Amino acid sequence: MDIGWYLVVSALIFSIGAAGVLTRPNPLVILLCLELMLNAANLALVAFSRMWGTPAGQVFALIVMVVAACEVTVGLGLIVAIYRRQMAINVDELNELRG
Amino acid sequence: MSAVLFFIAAIFALTGAIGVVMLRNPFYSVLALVVHLIALAALFLLLEAQFVAAAQVVVYAGAVMVLYVFVVAYVGGADQPLGSGGGALKILGPVFALAVAVELCIAMLGSALAGISSRGAHLHTTFGTPRDIGRLFLTAYLLPFELASLLLMVAAVGAVVLARRRRGLEAEEDEYEHGIVAEHRPVYTGTQAETTGVRRTVALEAAAEAEAEPAGTGSGSEGGW
Repeated sequence: MDIGWYLVVSALIFSIGAAGVLTRPNPLVILLCLELMLNAANLALVAFSRMWGTPAGQVFALIVMVVAACEVTVGLGLIVAIYRRQMAINVDELNELRG
Repeated sequence: MSAVLFFIAAIFALTGAIGVVMLRNPFYSVLALVVHLIALAALFLLLEAQFVAAAQVVVYAGAVMVLYVFVVAYVGGADQPLGSGGGALKILGPVFALAVAVELCIAMLGSALAGISSRGAHLHTTFGTPRDIGRLFLTAYLLPFELASLLLMVAAVGAVVLARRRRGLEAEEDEYEHGIVAEHRPVYTGTQAETTGVRRTVALEAAAEAEAEPAGTGSGSEGGW
């Protein structure tokens, strides 16, 4: 397969994830859509790694996975904290910092 | 053969991604993301990245998704409306999403695809194996490797600090109201001391004290348990 096809799939997944982040009000789903965007970047990295024949891109993809796991952990902790404070699980209503 | 596998995996990955965004119930979104991740692991295998594919399935589809399922079950995955609430956001959100998609398509079709070699480089036989990746992690990319471990520890500690039940910051009556602590058990009931008969329960002790004279045997001073 052409490497270009993988990049097209990666771009589509990134666009879908960005659309989800911009349109969904639920922070859980926003985190899931962030995962989609990070995975699209991972797919592009691994595709370029295959193109050049060097595994450095795969190392980069693994580091991205680690960072994504950290982000998920902290994000889910925040959501649990929001739920404990009896606040709405909705990013449109969590606007107390608006000045 | 690889073309057929690529298109099957790509269709599953895109379907899963659309499912994550479009499904109303967050629980189903998580399941759609699992489908997406497994299809993406198949794409990684087609790109000769065996170790990354294995890590994807084990770390993402295994551990991270289990975390998601637990939090969705805890918070409550009720059906929610798809669009945002605000007036301007309801229009601007999809417009910006479409703008990102159009921009990426222009970048793809305009220049990027023409500039890359289509078939990929010639590979040596150990490309993408755990041995290859591990050698790189311990030689050329040692500093990112160590920083990743530090970052994981910081994230774990941070998540525990964020999600723990705070004593002192919130009023303690909240917990009684919401049934987290149903009631205080009487002193010494349900403990080893009661089982071995060293201490009687408060009710029995009160009855015994009512019979006998209520002299010095204070319930708190006989330590030991």
